[in-house]
Amino acid sequence: MTVTREPPAKAAARRSPTVELTDRALHERRLGWLLSAPAFILMLAVTAYPMANAVYLSTFSYRLTDPAGKEFVGLGNYLVVLTDPLWWEDVGTTALITVVTVSLELVIGFTFAMVMHKIIFGRRTIRTSILVPYGIITVVSAFAWRYAFALDSGFVNSWLGLGDFDWFGQRWSALITICASEIWKTTPFIALLLLAGLAQVPESLIEAANVDGATFRQRLFKVIIPNMKAAIMVALLFRTLDAWRVFDNVFVMTAGASGTETLSFLTYRQSITRVALGIGSAVSVLLFLSVLLIAFIFIKGFKTDLGQVRGDRR
Amino acid sequence: MIGSRTAGRRRSVAAATAATLVCSALVGCGGDVGGARTLNWYINPDNTGATQEAAAQCGRNSGGRYTIAISVLPATADGQREQLVRRLAAGDPSIDFMNIDPPYNPELASAGWLHEFTESQRAELLTDILESPIKTAEWKGKLVGVPYSANTQLLWYRKSVAQQAGVDPTSPNFTWDQMIDAAVKTNTIVSEQGKRYEGYMVWVNGLIESAGGSIIRDNERGRDATVSIDSPEGREAARIVAKLANSSAADPALSTADEEVGRITFQGENGGFMLNWPYAYASLQGNIADGATDPAVLQDVAWARYPRVKADVPSKPPIGGANIGISRFSTKKDLAVEAVKCLISPPMQKIRFLGLGDPVATGSVYDDPDVRAKYPMADLMRESINDAGPRPITPYYGDVSSAVQRTWHTPAGVNPDSTPATAAKLIDDVLHDRRLL
Repeated sequence: MTVTREPPAKAAARRSPTVELTDRALHERRLGWLLSAPAFILMLAVTAYPMANAVYLSTFSYRLTDPAGKEFVGLGNYLVVLTDPLWWEDVGTTALITVVTVSLELVIGFTFAMVMHKIIFGRRTIRTSILVPYGIITVVSAFAWRYAFALDSGFVNSWLGLGDFDWFGQRWSALITICASEIWKTTPFIALLLLAGLAQVPESLIEAANVDGATFRQRLFKVIIPNMKAAIMVALLFRTLDAWRVFDNVFVMTAGASGTETLSFLTYRQSITRVALGIGSAVSVLLFLSVLLIAFIFIKGFKTDLGQVRGDRR
Repeated sequence: MIGSRTAGRRRSVAAATAATLVCSALVGCGGDVGGARTLNWYINPDNTGATQEAAAQCGRNSGGRYTIAISVLPATADGQREQLVRRLAAGDPSIDFMNIDPPYNPELASAGWLHEFTESQRAELLTDILESPIKTAEWKGKLVGVPYSANTQLLWYRKSVAQQAGVDPTSPNFTWDQMIDAAVKTNTIVSEQGKRYEGYMVWVNGLIESAGGSIIRDNERGRDATVSIDSPEGREAARIVAKLANSSAADPALSTADEEVGRITFQGENGGFMLNWPYAYASLQGNIADGATDPAVLQDVAWARYPRVKADVPSKPPIGGANIGISRFSTKKDLAVEAVKCLISPPMQKIRFLGLGDPVATGSVYDDPDVRAKYPMADLMRESINDAGPRPITPYYGDVSSAVQRTWHTPAGVNPDSTPATAAKLIDDVLHDRRLL
């Protein structure tokens, strides 16, 4: 799923093109292809085929429950989706959730990472307790948050003295609840990636800055953050892609009501609930393209180096 | 609760997997040994055990020909439909027969997933079944389900209020207008379901059907059916919704009111009239037994047929319930027909009617003395079910219902001149994939 191979251009540049490959190198390369072939074929079967099938289906107006009404419409479904206010409303909701959760998670996650990095006493306990939410299944955490905010079983209203305020009744309060649950659940993930980044900042640089009389602020913004930029970008990329596909919390808490429907939920409703396979596939292809676009912007635009997380950068 | 239930299910899945693995090695193990074959029946949740009891009795009565194994579908109507669609789309042979929410019966039939009953099976199965439920079980002239439970809405009213207003809700031509005017006059409330959910669709459809119209017709043409909601009948229904919602007879919470909200209002001091399923009567009795409600309320409650929209056209009350469909992928269809025949027989239906409180589609059960003792309005229920106006019988029911709910909500915002037209446009667009829903 994750792109971990080196870009071919870079790889080619490192090898001298004029040097002939030795027999041994040729054999090794062939062996490499053979060894990875089963995985490659499996990936084609479980990823490429469904994707191609979705693209094919998206050119039909087709209900699973009305096979006789199947009709070829070309790119018509895409036109319908892209001109429908519902799609853009859901794009807006999804973007809002993504921006709010990812930015807050980055700030809180960075704080957590610093704590985990610096702490001396009870290091394991602190690290473990920070990571606990990430170990909880999203659906379970969504139910926990729903019950906490629900009118009948919730304790949040009595804690905040809100009486019988219906959190899931309006758009803003419902979105706040969804975002809060999302942030609680995935901040540890960002913290973990950032902790890895922090560990890579050379101690000598910080010491040197210290000797030069740099304040904490200066050390943070001039030394630490620039040196872990790659880790931050990777964390941002992963979380943005996750947040863009948010589904579980919305499904459990509001089922898309009160203007909280996200793109994944829209896809689910068209394909699974309405069994409108044609238009549903069109929505899912568009969702896939938007994910690709985000990944592209991060990798090309911000020059994110995915090798960084694996620690295999030379 | 959820957690433990999931864990339980996972254990049973693991056990089933293990059993399958063992079974694949030994030929013919499991329930199919020695003649008694296991039929798998997917039912709506029933915590009373009445359905399970009926199934067990049928198994015993079969003389060892079959036993019925029950699997429970999710609690919500949407969840039930989704699970059935997913399983049937995958050709799951583990379902032999299943409960189907009547509006979704045509959808499953149109996809070719349901057994079409033969003429002789039809004649045998439907002898004692009420008329309107049968309409919900037919698709393109073929019987694709057998009406099992059948629910209907009645008009519940407070005798004191009717007396004060000088109206008689039991008179055959009592209309919605008379009812709303009576409630306004007596400063009481007409409880209806105005939340944006299926219950609101039930109300809108009940009004249009009672006016003599329909939301969509020629449904055997699938997506090219004629959308008929923008008609004099549709506009008349819109007028009544708007009239109630904008009058003092409307529940202040009408736009978020479901059956329970309406029932609580009706039992309260402003209660006047209520359109609701018979469960409301049993719940009222329960509240009085708990001491939560004054027993005088029960004495004051009476019932009548769903009011008319036009004084000279008999009303067509809303209908709900469940049909039993046999899966096309079942390998034991004949046996399944036999089991269904047993399940809809009066003694079995009586067990469910009394145990679960779910009215049935089998007509003669309403003559049973025990049933009549528990439900004094049994005759009215039978008449109401028989004459009911089903929701649109189309494979696109889900879309039609969502489109109506979206365009007709909120009730106070309904405009007789524009709402039916907007709804008609949206339904047609959605059926032809010109809009998302």
